[in-house]
Amino acid sequence: MEYILKNGIVYDPANKIAGEKKDVMFKDGKIVEQVSSDAKILDVTDKIVMPAGVDPHAHVAGPKLVVGRIYRPEDSRKGVTSKTDVCRSESGFSIPSCPATGYRYSRMGYGTVTEAAMPPLEAKHTHEEITAIPNIDITPLPLFGNNWFVLQWAKEGKIDEIAAFVASWLRIVKGYGIKIVNPCGTEAWGWGGNVHGIDDPVPFFDVTAREVIRALAQANEMLGLPHSIHIHPNDLGHPGNYPTTVNSLDCVKDIAKNGSKRNQTIHLTHAQFHSYAGTSWRDVESGAKEVADYINNNKHVTCDIGQVTLDETTTMTADGPMEFDLHELNGLKWANKDIELETGSGIVPFIYSGKAPVPSFQWGVGLELFLRIKDPWQVCLTTDHPNAGPFIRYPRIISWLMSNERRQEMMDNGEVRVWSYKRTGLGTLDREYDFNEIATITRASAAKIYGYQDRGELTPGYNADIAVYDLNPNDIDPSKEPAAIEHAFGNAMYTIKDGQILVKDGEVVKVVPSHTLWTDVKGFEEQEKTVMEEVMPTFTRFYTVKFENYQVQDHFTPNPTVTEVKASK
Amino acid sequence: MAYEPPVTDYDEIVENGTCAFCGCNCDDLDFLIKDGHVVGVRHACRLGASKVMEDMDQRLLVPMVRDENGELQEVDWDTALDKAAELIAGSVRPIFYGWSETSIETMKHGIHLGELVGAVLDNQATICHGPSLQAVQNVGYPVATLGEVKNRADMIVYTGSNPMNSHPRHMARYSTFPRGWFRQRGRFDRTVVTMDPKYSDTAKMSDIWIGFEQNGDYGFYNAIRAALRGKEIDQDFVSGIPKEDIMELAEAMKNVQFGALYFGLGLTHTLSKQRNIDMAIEMLTDLNKYTKWVLTPMRGHFNVNGFNIFMALEMGFPYGVDFARGYPRYMNGETNTIDLLTRKECDVFMVIAADPGAHYPGGAVKHLAEIPVIQVDIHWGPSTEIADVVLPGSFIGLECAGTSYRMDGVPIYMKKAIDKPETCRDDEWIIQELHERVKKIKAKEAAVASK
Repeated sequence: MEYILKNGIVYDPANKIAGEKKDVMFKDGKIVEQVSSDAKILDVTDKIVMPAGVDPHAHVAGPKLVVGRIYRPEDSRKGVTSKTDVCRSESGFSIPSCPATGYRYSRMGYGTVTEAAMPPLEAKHTHEEITAIPNIDITPLPLFGNNWFVLQWAKEGKIDEIAAFVASWLRIVKGYGIKIVNPCGTEAWGWGGNVHGIDDPVPFFDVTAREVIRALAQANEMLGLPHSIHIHPNDLGHPGNYPTTVNSLDCVKDIAKNGSKRNQTIHLTHAQFHSYAGTSWRDVESGAKEVADYINNNKHVTCDIGQVTLDETTTMTADGPMEFDLHELNGLKWANKDIELETGSGIVPFIYSGKAPVPSFQWGVGLELFLRIKDPWQVCLTTDHPNAGPFIRYPRIISWLMSNERRQEMMDNGEVRVWSYKRTGLGTLDREYDFNEIATITRASAAKIYGYQDRGELTPGYNADIAVYDLNPNDIDPSKEPAAIEHAFGNAMYTIKDGQILVKDGEVVKVVPSHTLWTDVKGFEEQEKTVMEEVMPTFTRFYTVKFENYQVQDHFTPNPTVTEVKASK
Repeated sequence: MAYEPPVTDYDEIVENGTCAFCGCNCDDLDFLIKDGHVVGVRHACRLGASKVMEDMDQRLLVPMVRDENGELQEVDWDTALDKAAELIAGSVRPIFYGWSETSIETMKHGIHLGELVGAVLDNQATICHGPSLQAVQNVGYPVATLGEVKNRADMIVYTGSNPMNSHPRHMARYSTFPRGWFRQRGRFDRTVVTMDPKYSDTAKMSDIWIGFEQNGDYGFYNAIRAALRGKEIDQDFVSGIPKEDIMELAEAMKNVQFGALYFGLGLTHTLSKQRNIDMAIEMLTDLNKYTKWVLTPMRGHFNVNGFNIFMALEMGFPYGVDFARGYPRYMNGETNTIDLLTRKECDVFMVIAADPGAHYPGGAVKHLAEIPVIQVDIHWGPSTEIADVVLPGSFIGLECAGTSYRMDGVPIYMKKAIDKPETCRDDEWIIQELHERVKKIKAKEAAVASK
């Protein structure tokens, strides 16, 4: 089937197209330069056309999501809808059911989402959820930062072993890249502890976060994976944590990049939670300037923000000790899920109320980061869904970024408390994003950061993943009409995935199965074999499942999109 | 126990099979196979082994439909499936109950069928660990995988649970006896405590037995919490346990490196029900201020947790999910099977891999006897006696592969070792086939109504 999206105003940052009126053509699921005269014409005159959205960091599928859903029926009861001829019932607000997750992303014009924390032992569960989520492709990142094998090798500086282990494990659990969460801290949580800063050694293994981050970054570049290491540094959410963040980023500065498309060697996730100065919640100040300055001066770093959306939500992270601290702070019900030899996690509901000082402050820090980071290719829009707020708030964040007036209004009329500008630099920043920058931070930069060679651009040969929004950029002043911006980005006029129209006028009209993106490393087989010989005796003794039953069988990824990487040592 | 010589006469061994009995889902079973039958099982406990070895005992082999004289008559698959589909399509308040002894793959077809006809989907949690799930929803859910406990724990507490009888390899493979990374001497590196009114076989194995009074759970955990928080206990005895012992125990629990608490139906089904578990979870949360403690409910069936996980990921609720209004609804006491049956709301009941005839309260079974019941199972049981259509399934993890979730949420793909009896069908196929047939009937109805 051939289509022409006619007369749209195209924003395609990767091809340096910023608001040009032109046609976009696609055929058999791919963008093409030419179509025949039989092509079906979709008239999108003066509407915004962009590549479909790419979300670089969200928690949408996996064991901790399901713990959240099981223990928070009060959340599932929000957002319940009746089934329709096309869609199944939806449920949930901050932790939507799997079908709801797919429909809602699709309605916002998104096509690809990263599941940012897959515990390898329960990878089958993550893949089952991915299969249950329709309409969006999903990139799972397995957790390596507290893995016992990695901790031991990092201590001994055995980078080859780590690289071979990562190569094997990405294939065994069908993962895309390396995720690190509170390196060493989550292992310390195995004993109810934590580590502070990147030079605080973890009990027993006696290795520091610095050593682990460096080792995994070296292994990542040795393999030349499409994505860099993806890090949630230590000390999340602690006042005074920004030096830890900067140190974590700086400790890999000397490691050379080995990846064709991306520029970075480290991706900092939910930077907002890691950019606080001060010593306690009493005297907390924003550290956004320091973190943003570091990012502005260092091209080996990219980040996403984790913007607070001022909602009641469910926090969930592999940073187990942080979640227990949070529970002690807010007293809401605490769930925890530790995974043998690999990782842990915690879950606590949280109310980010604009009436309270701390959420207002966090809201300010997030926006400050967005406005201070100069190069939009180094930053992505996220809420660390569901941690700082549900992903369905992305359109609202876009409206904030595009309107200084709206931000000032919120600070003036008390929608957020004074800490939002007294403790941050937000009040002094009047930058407003334009549509091209929005297109960059919601799709192009994320696609580049992940090294995707088939999406995130409207380049001929790429997947026909396209979003059309019902806005005329020449006719609207986003600064004055934030509500219209939010509405348009939340209800795509068209969402096209692999050349199929999935959403029309904000309604899901078609449901298709999702793809799972994972990385298959080639050319490292010898090293992998050697390392598996070393791993197996330990595996057999200390895991509680047999290796045969640990692996993710092929049928758990019925629609794989495999990135093959030639390891170049 | 008489000595049985090892089985040596077999054709092949299938290794790393998964046990389809309790929530331990032991995945290290070796099946010894001769002529397409299992003649021996290695590594399994007596419960798991007997389920496999006696799989042909009272086996349902042929589809059956009850005739006008009330006798079950053997029929062909088409007739039985059509009859079942007709019943389901014609019902206004169907319940699909069970699921805990079948695969996730089967549930996937089940939920589509349920959404189509507006059924209630519910599982055994409704009569066993439902109170645990309610408590989890009240106060939290601090769990860990079994391997965390094996590698780290120096104190294991069993309460309201007797794993020596109900989960025989739980202590052997996961919690108490195995040598872990940080517990190289296994049993000698751990303190085992049983908190139970009964001096159970597990209590006999333990270092400490705390035999509080029947229904004393709530008071006892409350007292430990008070002690943990440095409060004075003003009674000399709480739930029959001297105050000094409680203080001492609280102190011991505070001073371990890693503690794990496992609770069973002894907590969920005594006087205060979910409130017992509220208190146990909160005690554990309190303990985490001092050191590391985790808990896990001792789930009974090998995939009872799987159904809860599956329903939550598909629809946001763990069990008792009612689709009658065209959207998922979950209200304890309203959308659970027992309530619907005792209120006589249900008009067609399908049971998949469960035995309500044996386990339900009398009132509920009485209503079951009055309405059409469809049974999908592998063995003859009390439920067969009240069933109107019987559809013989296959044995997951032996005759048919499938995914299940262990009590701690670890997913395991249970592989197939032998072929099923020729006349049986896989559960997955049966439910899919029912879905197709019901869809056809419904499509016809819709066409009629629209004219």
